[in-house]
Amino acid sequence: MDFILAGFFEAIRLLLGGDAQTWSAVAATLKASTGSMAVSLVLGIPLGFVLGYVDFPGRRQTRLLVDTALALPTVFIGLVVYAFISNRGPLGGLGLLFTLRGIVVGQTILALPVVIALSAAAVENMDRHLRTLLITLGASRRQLLFSSLWEVRFGLLAAGLAAYGRVMTEVGISMMVGGNIKWHTRTITTAIALETGKGMFATGIALGLVLIAIAFMVNVSLSFLRKR
Amino acid sequence: MHFKRKLLAKACILLTLTLMLALPATAAEKVLMMATTTSTDNTGLLDYLKPHFEKATGIELKWTAVGTGKALALGKNCDVDVLLVHAPAAEKKYVEEGFGVDRREIMYNDFVIIGPESDPAGIKGKNVVDALDAIRAKGAVFASRGDNSGTHKKELALWKSAGGVVPEKESWYVQTGQGMLATINIAAERNGYTMTDRGTYIKYADTLKGNPPLKVLVEGDAILLNQYSVIAVNPKRCPEAKYDLATTFSNWMAGAEGQKLIADFKLLGKPLFTANAK
Repeated sequence: MDFILAGFFEAIRLLLGGDAQTWSAVAATLKASTGSMAVSLVLGIPLGFVLGYVDFPGRRQTRLLVDTALALPTVFIGLVVYAFISNRGPLGGLGLLFTLRGIVVGQTILALPVVIALSAAAVENMDRHLRTLLITLGASRRQLLFSSLWEVRFGLLAAGLAAYGRVMTEVGISMMVGGNIKWHTRTITTAIALETGKGMFATGIALGLVLIAIAFMVNVSLSFLRKR
Repeated sequence: MHFKRKLLAKACILLTLTLMLALPATAAEKVLMMATTTSTDNTGLLDYLKPHFEKATGIELKWTAVGTGKALALGKNCDVDVLLVHAPAAEKKYVEEGFGVDRREIMYNDFVIIGPESDPAGIKGKNVVDALDAIRAKGAVFASRGDNSGTHKKELALWKSAGGVVPEKESWYVQTGQGMLATINIAAERNGYTMTDRGTYIKYADTLKGNPPLKVLVEGDAILLNQYSVIAVNPKRCPEAKYDLATTFSNWMAGAEGQKLIADFKLLGKPLFTANAK
């Protein structure tokens, strides 16, 4: 039990003391998660918008597939991505294995369904009269699209945050694809797994608190955007 | 008030951006990728050797620490250049099958059987075969790695020499599927026995301020030796593997400097490995 309290003080020491290994893991986590979130948002929001807004044949089935993909286990994604980017795999030549870019690929597969499903849901729940109103006001298709997107911005923000939470906290993909290589692909979560395996529970707790502190900072930044 | 909040948010954004841009510069072009076992990493041996190796050769050493089973698989898939593993039988088969070349013995440590001081099965001081028989007869909790690692393979071989059957399905035989220290911790929680390499045990005792709940009960038996070897990934099968760098690493580990550093590596005043390259 005492290692929880010890971990708390250790966390403060690691962050304020500028521990190089911790900051390297923080940087790896931020780089990988920022990369995968950027790709997921750019691809996921338009796809989610189409899924929630347009009535196309096979829409329900697509929805079902996306919702199922929400349950993809991270270790499984890691294994499948590894199979593809291993030097013996079809994409081996890209040199993605044991790199942050490889982790980004895996995390994008993890985050994309979350972004698509939640932004589709946000669009579906949008006030149906808005469309009619906008058309009555003489809005062009373009204006219609952007006004609708603006209307559901908080829903999209929530979708992004939910996906970010999954991406930052996953360990299966980072471990399998990244290899937990010190100074390179060691993220906070794989470092926690390593320290726990070494029996250094206090350090594990400390790194967990560091991760929560970063999540807090990200949320503070976003709540600022929301205020405006 | 409002101004302050804005400032805080701006500071957060700025800090996040700085962190993202602060990429660690990777200057060395010569990078050797190694797959190794959790024991060499968890004990801190590689962290200790890495700067010396880089200074001597100018090659950056990177490693991923996994079980021996996975390390061999990574080599098979040409994903690494060199292996540092400890499962002699599996290694020899691996080289015979053409996946690896230049297998070279580097160092050894030994395995010990540890258990609670109360020693419910009464194994203290026995030889390995008798000790395992006693655990089996008593049905005392025994934690096994169960992860196809070098340590796990060794343990299975020991069970086979003690009565022939691995107690796979017995309720007292706990397969953790985790690393060595995690397995020791599980054994400690269950007040049971486990087999570990001595290096990990010393490290474990060290983190518990030298007073661990599990003590060494069986040691010194010849079949408990744990040999580590370096194997280069076969360049004929994997043209992208950096065979020349792997050879440099192997030579350095087996050479005077590597061997001396390994012998000098101590924890709690105890050497963790014995260098024995020929």
